[in-house]
Amino acid sequence: MTEFETVIGLEVHCELSTKTKIFCGCSTKFGAAPNSQVCPVCLGLPGTLPVMNAEALERAILVGLAVGCTIRRRFKFDRKHYYYPDLPKNFQISQYDLPLAHDGRVDLAGAHPVRVKRVHLEEDAGKLVHEGAGQQIATGTAALVDYNRSGMPLLEIVSEPDLREPAEAVAYVKSLQTLVRYLHVSDGNMEEGSLRCDANISVRPKGADELGAKIEIKNMNSFKSIEHALTFEARRQRDALARGETLAQETRLWDDTAGETRSMRSKEAAHDYRYFPEPDLLVFTMDDARLAVIRGRLPELPWTKRLRYVQTLGLTDYDAGVLTSDRTVAEYFEATIAAGAPPKTACNWVSTELLGALHGRKLGIGDSRVAPRQLAALIALIDKATISGKIAKTVFAEMLVSGADPDAVVKAKGLVQITDEDALVTSVRDVLAANPQSVADFKAGKSQTIGFLVGQVMKATGGKANPQAVNKILKEELTR
Amino acid sequence: MALTRRDVEAVAHLARLSLTEAELERYGAQLEAILGYVESLNRLPLEGVEPTTHLSPATDRARPDRPAPGLTQAEVEALAPEFRAGSVRVPKILEE
Repeated sequence: MTEFETVIGLEVHCELSTKTKIFCGCSTKFGAAPNSQVCPVCLGLPGTLPVMNAEALERAILVGLAVGCTIRRRFKFDRKHYYYPDLPKNFQISQYDLPLAHDGRVDLAGAHPVRVKRVHLEEDAGKLVHEGAGQQIATGTAALVDYNRSGMPLLEIVSEPDLREPAEAVAYVKSLQTLVRYLHVSDGNMEEGSLRCDANISVRPKGADELGAKIEIKNMNSFKSIEHALTFEARRQRDALARGETLAQETRLWDDTAGETRSMRSKEAAHDYRYFPEPDLLVFTMDDARLAVIRGRLPELPWTKRLRYVQTLGLTDYDAGVLTSDRTVAEYFEATIAAGAPPKTACNWVSTELLGALHGRKLGIGDSRVAPRQLAALIALIDKATISGKIAKTVFAEMLVSGADPDAVVKAKGLVQITDEDALVTSVRDVLAANPQSVADFKAGKSQTIGFLVGQVMKATGGKANPQAVNKILKEELTR
Repeated sequence: MALTRRDVEAVAHLARLSLTEAELERYGAQLEAILGYVESLNRLPLEGVEPTTHLSPATDRARPDRPAPGLTQAEVEALAPEFRAGSVRVPKILEE
């Protein structure tokens, strides 16, 4: 039996979170009443002229630089023609043969790099809601159009067909999501549609150089649906080839509810978009000086940070991945170690205790009432043996609610660890007096009994005793 | 450059024009004359000449990212042939 290989390339669309649209001053706020953020330009009324949003252009170049692309020194925009109700001008201003950035790559952690073919800027179309049963295009009786999205700045990032598994495709989109959030250029929110993804997928006999018939999958609206759609489609194509069928190039829609891809009637005769240069926008140029300014806006990139956490801070790749997947988390962690906490301990507290607690309350790290400086102070209290690790969790829970400093919580609740041996001896003697059987067992050679006795002393001191000290005193008392 | 009847029909379809026989004939001939004129460029020695996309020597015109007022929903409604629930209502998209 022939062994098949799946080949996937992705087109990721990312809505830039500028204040205004790409060619007009309309607001881009999400969730406004339909058709309330529009003007003659984004409605495509005759006689209007587009004017480029300088910030949108800079953000596009910033992303291009971040994925290691070559930035074109001279580029233009083109008209792409098609008829669809969400596109009021009957053409979309996009970039055809001279995208502003080309030939970059994204390094996926633990996998091979993915080459980026091109990054270009274009305008988004309006949003359609289909009337009729199931609100599906196929059964729709009419459609409602909201042009608020029309003219939103949209970045298209096209990969080479370098992905081999659905899970890899998801990892790639996730790393782009992390990236655009790091760069503060987009919300990267799949649920709100500010990050969208189409896939080209084909299968071929393993080892073959030529690509199989390229099938485009649309309508994947979450990471889960990307994985499910591509898994379904790869199997469908393999099965068809195994039965001796031939596959033809087509566009298929992913149906999340039915869990399958379905053929979509082919668009305009063989994608005849009749591109030509947009005469209403001038040519754009980029020189070294401006590029240097834009490059200055680049923060340390997520994959560079991750590597640094492993190589210079000694974290595991997994931990480094957790901390760097969100820039605000990484910044919190870095502020904690800058305040003196050892990296490994800080990592545990941030990724387990803090994120766990915030996640449970559906909060982000920006909502944390515990500042990095306060977490570092808490960690210092443990290191100085002022409190035990166990008590620290109680203190932390209180800090999360009140935002108080750890010292204040420890003092107010009287949680200082008892390390003073004189104070502990009394407690130990009380426990020994109350548990003669355990003492006898210990003396008869059952050394594990000491664990029980330590527990009793801890209980008697409300958890404040230093366990090492208790252990030591118990042994002394028992062997006297 | 000879345009076939099918070329003219295809271009008309792409532009969503429904043309009569006489119009196909007339526009076809005009289109051919225009293309013939453009084709005269092929007779010029153009090696090493960058394709011209824009005639203006000006470049880089952009505006700051500052919001400006647009139309209200009511104004959009007044422009739309049909309007429902704040949205422009259009006929069904896929044909039977």
